Amino acid sequence: MYAIKVDKLIRKFNSFTAVDGISFSVESGELFGLLGPNGAGKTTTINMLCTLLKTTSGSAEVAGFDVNKSREDVRKSIGIVFQDPALDNKLTGKENLEFHGMMYGMKAGVIRERVRDVLALVELTDKADVLVEKYSGGMKRRLEIARGLIHRPKVLFLDEPTLGLDAQTRRHIWEYIRKLNKEAGVTIILTTHYMEEADYLCDRIAIIDRGKIIALDTPKKLKDVLGGDVVCLRIEGSTGKYMKFVKTLKWIKNHKMREGELCLTMDHGEKRIPELVCAAPKHGMTISSVDLHKPSLEDVFLYFTGKTIREQEADHNGFRGPMMRRGHGM
Amino acid sequence: MIINFTAIYVLWLREMKRFVRAKSRIIGMLAMPLLFLAFLGMGFSKMAIPGVEGGVGYITFLVPGIVGMGMLFTSMFAGISVLWDREFGFLKEIMIAPVSRVSIVLGRIAGGATTSLIQGMAILLISMVLGFAVTSLFSLALAVVFMFLISTSFIGLGLIFASKMKDMQGFNLIMNFVIFPMFFLSGALYPIDNLPPFIKVVSYIDPLTYGIDGMRASLIGQSTFPAALDFAVLLCISAVMVFLGAYFFEKSESV
Repeated sequence: MYAIKVDKLIRKFNSFTAVDGISFSVESGELFGLLGPNGAGKTTTINMLCTLLKTTSGSAEVAGFDVNKSREDVRKSIGIVFQDPALDNKLTGKENLEFHGMMYGMKAGVIRERVRDVLALVELTDKADVLVEKYSGGMKRRLEIARGLIHRPKVLFLDEPTLGLDAQTRRHIWEYIRKLNKEAGVTIILTTHYMEEADYLCDRIAIIDRGKIIALDTPKKLKDVLGGDVVCLRIEGSTGKYMKFVKTLKWIKNHKMREGELCLTMDHGEKRIPELVCAAPKHGMTISSVDLHKPSLEDVFLYFTGKTIREQEADHNGFRGPMMRRGHGM
Repeated sequence: MIINFTAIYVLWLREMKRFVRAKSRIIGMLAMPLLFLAFLGMGFSKMAIPGVEGGVGYITFLVPGIVGMGMLFTSMFAGISVLWDREFGFLKEIMIAPVSRVSIVLGRIAGGATTSLIQGMAILLISMVLGFAVTSLFSLALAVVFMFLISTSFIGLGLIFASKMKDMQGFNLIMNFVIFPMFFLSGALYPIDNLPPFIKVVSYIDPLTYGIDGMRASLIGQSTFPAALDFAVLLCISAVMVFLGAYFFEKSESV
C-alpha cells in the first residue's frame, strides 16, 4: 500500500521548470526524505502534493486520492508543517489548535482532548493561553507540529522542519518526528537541506537537484556507492616500497596520492588504521598524521552532482535571481 | 458546491477575537469618521447647500454619509486583508483545510461584515447621543439592511483586488484611486445633483451612492432615489461583488 505515488510530475513557473518530471512512491509508515539545495524543487513538490499548487503535468496520488481530482479527500488525509510559520499571531497557541480542529470538522469534546494531548507532546501546555506573537521561533515550530497532528493525518508533510532552529531544539524535534513515525505509524515526508537530518531520520532519501531526482535509496546504500571510508595518511620519506605493500592488501578498494597524502578507500577504516600505521616503519617511512573520513550524504551529493550542496545553492541563486526565488520559495 | 457552516463560524470567530484584541484598530476605525463628522459638520453647518432641504441641518445630512464612509474603508480593508494572511502565512493554513473555497469566502465576509456593522452602528449611536434623531425602530432596521449590503459589496470588491495582488504594496494605489474617489463621488458629503453631469455618471456606477442614499431615505426621509430603487441596485451589486470575489479567490493560487 502506497501512501504517495508520484509519476512524471512537472511544475513550471512561466518558463522556469521548478519540478522536472519526478517519479517516486512512498510506502505507508515510511519516513521519506527529499534532500537537496534551496531551490531544487522540494517545496514546490510538497505544495503540489498537498493541493496548494496545481500540477503542470504528470500525476500524483496521496493516500490513494488524486491531488487534482480529489482535492478535499487529499486535504482530509494529510497534515502539513510549512517551511515558514503559518500561525495566527493574534490568537493564543490553544486557539490556533482549536481553529484547526474546527476547520477539520472535529467534535468539541474530541478537540479539547486532542489539543491537550498534542500540547503535552510538544511541551507547550503551560504556554497554551499565551498569544503566539510572544512565542519564540522554536515554540512556534513545535506548535505547528502539534497542529499537524490534531486531526490524526495518515500522511504528514514536514517542509524543512528544523530550518533556523538551534541545535537543542532541532534534536528535540527529531525525537518527536521519530516517535510519531515509529509509535503512531504516521507516514512522514520531510524535506531538508541538512545532510545529517536526512541521514538521521529517513528510511529512504530522494536526492533532488534542479527539479530532478538524481538518486533514491536508503541512506546506507547511498553512502555505499562511495565505496566506504577514506583513510588519508600523511607520509614522510620515500613511498615506493609502502605503495607496493598497500597494493597487496585485498581490502583496499582504491588508492590515490594527493598533495603528499596517500588516500585509501576501505570498509571499517577505524579498525584498519593500526595495521597501516605499524607497517610504515617496516617499509622505510614514517606517517606524521592520519585522517579518517566516513562518507556522508554530502559526499553522496558531491558524487552525483559534482558539486557540494553549498556550491549548488550559490549557483542557483546567481542563475535564478530574486524573482525566481520568490516564485519558488513560497 | 458544499457550504460548511462550522468553517464559516470558526473563520467568523477568529475575526471577532482579533477584533476585540486590537484596541487601536477599534479606536482608529471610529476616530476618523467622527473627526470628519465633527469638523465638516461644524464648519459647513451655517452654509446653505443646494439639495439639503430646509429643516434638515447639514450635520443630519452628513451622518449617513459618514457612516457609509467608515464602512467603505473597513469593508474594503477586510476584503484586501486576505493579503495580510498570505503575508503571515496563515492563508496556507486556511487553504489546506478540507473545506470548500466558498465556505472560506463566506466566513471572511461574515467576519468583515460583522466588524464593519459594529463600526457603522457605533458611529450612528454616537451621532444619536450628539443629537441625531432616529425617528423609528423601523427606519433604523432599514438603515442596517443598507449597511449590511454596503459591507458585503465592498468586502467582495476587496477580495477581487486581493486575488489580483501579490502583497500589500499596491494598497496605497487602491486607497487613492479607488477608495477615495468612491467616497467623494458617493454623495456622502453633498448631494450628487450638485456635480456636473459627466461626473454624475460616475456617481451612478458607484455602489456607495446607493448605500448612502438608501440610508438617508430610511433615516432622514430625504434622498435622490426612492429607497426601493437604492435597495434593488445595491442588492444586485452586492450579489455580483460577492460572486466575483469568491470566483477570483478560488482561481488564485494560495502560495
